[in-house]
Amino acid sequence: MIIFRYENSFEGLLTLVFESYRLNLFPDKIVSDNESQTMIFSDTVSIVADERKAERVWKKIIEKSSKESANMLQIVFLSEHPEASGLIYDFCRLMVEKPYNIETDFSLEPVLKLSRLFNKVAAETARVRMFTRFQETSENTYYASFSPKYNVLPLCIQHFTDRFADQEWIIYDLKRNYGFYYNLIETVRITFEELPANPENGQIPESSKSADEQHFQKLWKKYYDSISIVQRKNYRLHRQRLPKRFWKYLPEKN
Amino acid sequence: MLMISEKTYDKLKILAGSAKYDVSCASSGTQRSNTSGGLGNASAWGICHSYSDDGRCISLMKIMLSNNCIYDCAYCINRRSNDHPRATFMPKELADLTIGFYRRNYIEGLFLSSGVLRNPDYTMEQMISVVKELRANHRFNGYIHMKVIPGSGSELINEAGKWADRLSVNLEIPTEDNLKFLAPEKNYESILKPIHLITDKINENREDRKRFRKVEKFTPAGQSTQFVIGASDDTDRTILKLAGRLYDQRNLKRVYYSGFIQVNGYDSRLPVLTTPPLVREHRLYQADWLLRFYGFGVDDIVNNEHPDLDLSLDPKVVYALRNPWLFPVDINKADYYSLLKVPGIGPRSARLIADARIHNHLNSYHLKKIGVVMKRAQYFITCHELGYSKTIQELKPEFVRQLILTGQKSTDAVQLSLFNLPVPLATAI
Ligand code: SF4
Repeated sequence: MIIFRYENSFEGLLTLVFESYRLNLFPDKIVSDNESQTMIFSDTVSIVADERKAERVWKKIIEKSSKESANMLQIVFLSEHPEASGLIYDFCRLMVEKPYNIETDFSLEPVLKLSRLFNKVAAETARVRMFTRFQETSENTYYASFSPKYNVLPLCIQHFTDRFADQEWIIYDLKRNYGFYYNLIETVRITFEELPANPENGQIPESSKSADEQHFQKLWKKYYDSISIVQRKNYRLHRQRLPKRFWKYLPEKN
Repeated sequence: MLMISEKTYDKLKILAGSAKYDVSCASSGTQRSNTSGGLGNASAWGICHSYSDDGRCISLMKIMLSNNCIYDCAYCINRRSNDHPRATFMPKELADLTIGFYRRNYIEGLFLSSGVLRNPDYTMEQMISVVKELRANHRFNGYIHMKVIPGSGSELINEAGKWADRLSVNLEIPTEDNLKFLAPEKNYESILKPIHLITDKINENREDRKRFRKVEKFTPAGQSTQFVIGASDDTDRTILKLAGRLYDQRNLKRVYYSGFIQVNGYDSRLPVLTTPPLVREHRLYQADWLLRFYGFGVDDIVNNEHPDLDLSLDPKVVYALRNPWLFPVDINKADYYSLLKVPGIGPRSARLIADARIHNHLNSYHLKKIGVVMKRAQYFITCHELGYSKTIQELKPEFVRQLILTGQKSTDAVQLSLFNLPVPLATAI
């Protein structure tokens, strides 16, 4: 069995595609360097990420299929799904080997699976846009945190930057321990030494909250409770649309 | 200085509680980018920020400015003759509340309605001051949907349209006689006039904007309206005919159907309903989708012979059963619109089929992968296979009807969820 190991980044994975053609060696399994500690076999090939090689594969994808496909692959990569890198690799190989543009050929297993996975990541991105809840700090910065299933924060940042252009804000991924800070001019990536919020509910310490913060959380809960219509209750649908894993971060559900 | 106080809690409770029966949740249809340094934007896809116990999308803060109404509509909880807690927001108070919620990403914007205070014009003026406060003082660019009070003057409607993304005038009851019977202070004229006025203004504004680039948009997300379903004896045909006309002739963006909830059981003009007609409401939304996205005409769905929708099956299946000679459709050859007519194939799967069959002859395995609901579609299609299951031609409509009915029992609860999807996703109906 041939195993290829890549440095865990999208660039690393594209380099792997490049190397596989250069060496004319096609792996049965590909693993990233942070999942492969325990299973290094003698025939594992380690690939060092290389910007130029990755760039060539990227260009090839755009040329043979489209910019949209290339973006889709990049977004699927962020899913951190166990199958993601394998599917991206398979897609690239099919793309090279089939004489036509495969991106809409859903009768090919990897193409269909990729589009499914892409939809999942897109759905999680949408959920982050929906369920992010800012808390106002005593310094008038708006702070939010949660733990999304996939690593989608980078995909949401433009949205928040456009929308909340006149307030300073921080959005933090508690699971992956990094976030983004918008300082009224630009949005920068940040990492705190200690988690800034309680991972149980995403709340910052009471002492750091602005004077109005509790008011607004309570008002929002009041609003939420007031609009429920008893005659229409449908908990199954409710849970399907508002997955339980988000509840702890939502003032209206606490 | 914030205008939020202890009293705000009670007002919020009363005025949100009073507005909740209004179903339209859409905050979509506008592309409003933030002005530099301003707050908020509205995207073509309205975002839901939470879901209520019934799975309704919470996107806009839906609230009344006041429920102190001088009218006495039979179906309304806020009617004058009800002994019901009353409250009225100060415009600045409501604006502060909206901004506080928006900055925390709780909402997409504001959906403002009101009972009639003093008279229609006075009420509109108060509502406009909330919206003006948001747009002019807070530089708020989020979404604003504003109700137009029937009977208010055209000057005020013009003014409202300058600030709001969407205006709506609710028809509530689809025929004039029934409207008079249930809402004696309202009349058709006072509702239709603003609807026509808004359509004309939107058209005029579109022309102006072609000529002068600087002209401000007038209700960029257009107008919508709502019917109460089941408070009067109007048929689905009457309702859908009117909806169809509003879409075609008045360019309405959405028509909402709200199953009547019995809040005034004492009023003998109203039908006795123990539960709201949710299934009928759901079927009307499905029919509405067929009108807007599937190329169906009203007469295809309801007509003289069948004035009401079949409650047990979705209107697309019903259409197929009534027109068996159009089926089966050949998946590998039929054009997009014929594919769309197949129960179990929605716009998304129709598109995927059209794309995928260029490369490969499709069989039922591919169709399943693509997301076609084979449980329903199987009777209405043929594909590249021999000995595939029997179609409506061999089985006859009556039998297919039974087969589909038996097959769908378990999925009914899920199907009912369609009524407030924020965007036309690919739900195959
Ligand atoms: S006008 Fe009629 S429907 Fe509107 S709030 Fe007053 S009583 Fe209710």
